[in-house]
Amino acid sequence: MDMQVAKKKLGLKEKYQVMTRGLDWEPSYQKKEDIYPYASYEGIKIHDWDKWEDPFRLTMDAYWKYQAEKERKLYAIIDAYAQNNGHLGVTDARYINTVKLFLTGVSPLEYMAHRGFAHAGRAFPGAGPRVACLMQSLDEIRHAQTQIHALSNYNKHYNGLHDFRHMHDRVWYLSVPKSFFDDAVTAGPFEFLVSIGFSFEYVLTNLLFVPFVSGAAYNGDMGTMTFGFSAQSDEARHMTLGLEVIKFILEQDPDNLPIVQRWIDKWTWRGYRVLTLVAMMMDYMLPKRTMSWKEAWEVYFEENGGALFKDLARYGIKMPKCAETIALEKDHLSHQAWGTFYNYGAAAAFHTWVPEKEEMDWLSAKYPESFDKYYRPRLEFWREQAAKGNRFYNKTLPMLCQTCQIPMLFTEPGDPTKICYREVDYQGTKYHFCSDHCKEIFEHEPEKYVQSWLPVHQIYQGNCFPEGTDPTAEGFDPLAAVLQYYHLEFGRDNLDFEGSEDQKNFDAWRGQATKNV
Amino acid sequence: MSTVFIALQANEDTRPIVEAITADNPQARINEAPAMVKIDAEGRLTVRRASIEERIGRDFDLQELHINLISLSGNIDETDDELTLSWHA
Repeated sequence: MDMQVAKKKLGLKEKYQVMTRGLDWEPSYQKKEDIYPYASYEGIKIHDWDKWEDPFRLTMDAYWKYQAEKERKLYAIIDAYAQNNGHLGVTDARYINTVKLFLTGVSPLEYMAHRGFAHAGRAFPGAGPRVACLMQSLDEIRHAQTQIHALSNYNKHYNGLHDFRHMHDRVWYLSVPKSFFDDAVTAGPFEFLVSIGFSFEYVLTNLLFVPFVSGAAYNGDMGTMTFGFSAQSDEARHMTLGLEVIKFILEQDPDNLPIVQRWIDKWTWRGYRVLTLVAMMMDYMLPKRTMSWKEAWEVYFEENGGALFKDLARYGIKMPKCAETIALEKDHLSHQAWGTFYNYGAAAAFHTWVPEKEEMDWLSAKYPESFDKYYRPRLEFWREQAAKGNRFYNKTLPMLCQTCQIPMLFTEPGDPTKICYREVDYQGTKYHFCSDHCKEIFEHEPEKYVQSWLPVHQIYQGNCFPEGTDPTAEGFDPLAAVLQYYHLEFGRDNLDFEGSEDQKNFDAWRGQATKNV
Repeated sequence: MSTVFIALQANEDTRPIVEAITADNPQARINEAPAMVKIDAEGRLTVRRASIEERIGRDFDLQELHINLISLSGNIDETDDELTLSWHA
């Protein structure tokens, strides 16, 4: 890089003052409460918006300059990767299934984050947070765009990536990340900032964008590495915004503490549940692994998040209660999640498989307390069955948790042999939950969560078939109809990796890349 | 004492930055991972503009860090000359 650094006319602090507060104005012909109708209804009390400080003091002029530099770098690498057929340099075609999950699960969330921050920024009466939210909103739409551009390279060659936008609103497992963001953007502006800016960005995105993306690089995927790290460098600013939000709100009024604590408890758990997908990506889907989910959790949540909560203790903030449950789950999460996807591999837009022997040995070294005892025997049984031509696909539909929308695959805290079920009767209807924490979240806001669009319920109600389907017709196959509704091609986008078109193509193309044919 | 960290992409732009941080923060621990370098430090970590400029032989704006930054943790105090990460507890 050959970057010119202009001599500064104003110092960082003066420039920040001029380019944020200096751009604000007092309304003269409208009342402030009419302009900012969402600023007060959550019960958060703010007395002095000028006390808000963005410690990075990034202003729009500097923002454009550095973001432009990052974009040039990103697209140069993505172009080079595409020109060089980089997709054939990844370790194994199984790896590409992580990219499928990333594109379909995460990219639409970036777009929702863009919308959410644009809305939250508009809602705040203070110039400081408005400018910070505006920049974050731009970052998030950039992430959506760069992820779609980066991944379009894979879509040319591999199955399952052809219709992510359509799938996001329909496919059963994508309802998990979708419902997470829909929940956040339909909250008030302060809750949105605590949910996404603090709980998700500060406490949880490191787990996706740091060890997983480093793992993508380790598997030869320069495209994912580049958009991932480029996005996470924005996240570093977003974390600062998230932390600043919490400190600012808590310093403004002591009445804000219990509201903020409840939001932190709720959103740490909601976010952690979404990261179930990342746990299995790290432990099962990266052919070359950098660290286990459990190790990543220990570094980025227990060590980093622990330091954060210790720091916030001076405001009266406590570590979310769910951390105790999570500590009990870290030996089990990725195995239980992968087992579920292996079961439902006929209804997913990516391939699943049983890990190779040396991969199982890696898992047992990383999970000495749990893998050999609970999970290896099951995987080996599935492998034997598959070898005999009995590859198991579950044809029934699972119960979903009303809050997180994940199939109830999780086990009782401390007892990995027993599935955890909780239920609540609300206005004559029974609702089901995967955990005490999802149950508590529901009980606090039942009117919100009774509205959840649960894919399994919708399938059973007949709402997930293509228009004109007649379920009473002879030979009607409900799974086939649901897959058509998802725009998922049976036998091509789904089923086992072994024998898949992706596997065959990758081997054939890689062969061509090293020989004269 | 809690640990702060800064993670940077591992490339030619960041090599002198990592060297500067290591020289200025004797308590810093360097952890290399594929394509990235994570620098952990007990309590506090300072990135100094002057130390980076000494190594790259040109003016450097600390906000250039954003180009190769991956992630960080800690409370941030940024001036024209220094970026400091710290925990209060």
